[in-house]
Amino acid sequence: MGELKTELKNKIITSLNLEDITVDDINDDDHLFGEGLGLDSIDALELIVMLDKDYGIKLTDPKEGKKIFESIETMAKFIEENRTK
Amino acid sequence: MNNGINHYCKISNGQVILDGKVLFTNEEKRFENFIKSVYKHFEIDYPKFYKMDPLCKLSIVAASLLLENSQDKIKDDMALLLSNKSSCIDVDLKHQSTIEDKEAYYPSPANFVYTLPNIALGEISIKYKLRSENSFFIFEDFNPEFMVDYANSLMHLNKASSVLCAWVEVNKDNYNAFVYKVSPNGKTEHSKENLKTLIE
Repeated sequence: MGELKTELKNKIITSLNLEDITVDDINDDDHLFGEGLGLDSIDALELIVMLDKDYGIKLTDPKEGKKIFESIETMAKFIEENRTK
Repeated sequence: MNNGINHYCKISNGQVILDGKVLFTNEEKRFENFIKSVYKHFEIDYPKFYKMDPLCKLSIVAASLLLENSQDKIKDDMALLLSNKSSCIDVDLKHQSTIEDKEAYYPSPANFVYTLPNIALGEISIKYKLRSENSFFIFEDFNPEFMVDYANSLMHLNKASSVLCAWVEVNKDNYNAFVYKVSPNGKTEHSKENLKTLIE
């Protein structure tokens, strides 16, 4: 799980172009949206594509995203339980 | 009343020039690295910068340097008149690469939102809170005659109190920006001949 969390942090930094932010700057329970990392709605769509592309998970209900993308912790837990690749 | 050019900014070949003075140089060959160095050097504050496509990065940096280094007040009816040759080809190709394989069809929303040159107009309008006329034209080369006629027409018809005009071209690591502001109190006549001289 720890390895997956680090992998997710790296992917988020790279794919969302988070300049001047390192893996160490993101805590597992930091909020990804709003006051945390400050991600926006386009970033949310990018994360949905990432789940599909890298972990074989298709989100069909957009409401699910709010809970899943709350933090690295919640994302990692969801991926562990639902990944197909 | 004759309209004139108040200020102009050029970004090309590793240089930033404002009203004829070289303000910054960097020999970095890669456009992405060069434009980031300009953004950081001049402490331009626009958090979305890092998420933008190359055309928007060049446009927002050139417009910011021009507008923030002049004493002129930025009015919300300042029109935008941008032009280039390659539209937003870099991000178009990047987007295409994500959709050409049917077995790995994963278009990136972050790329897709920049696949129109008009987005550069939107970014400048958002940063400077403009509520004005704006247009982006594609030409083979910088078209001074068109720029003069169009900008003057906007002002004569009272559609704008001033016009930010630009040629903003990026294609891979080749880039060239020439941005200038036209208003009724501009010092240099807004003429085809003067534009040809200034852009050289």
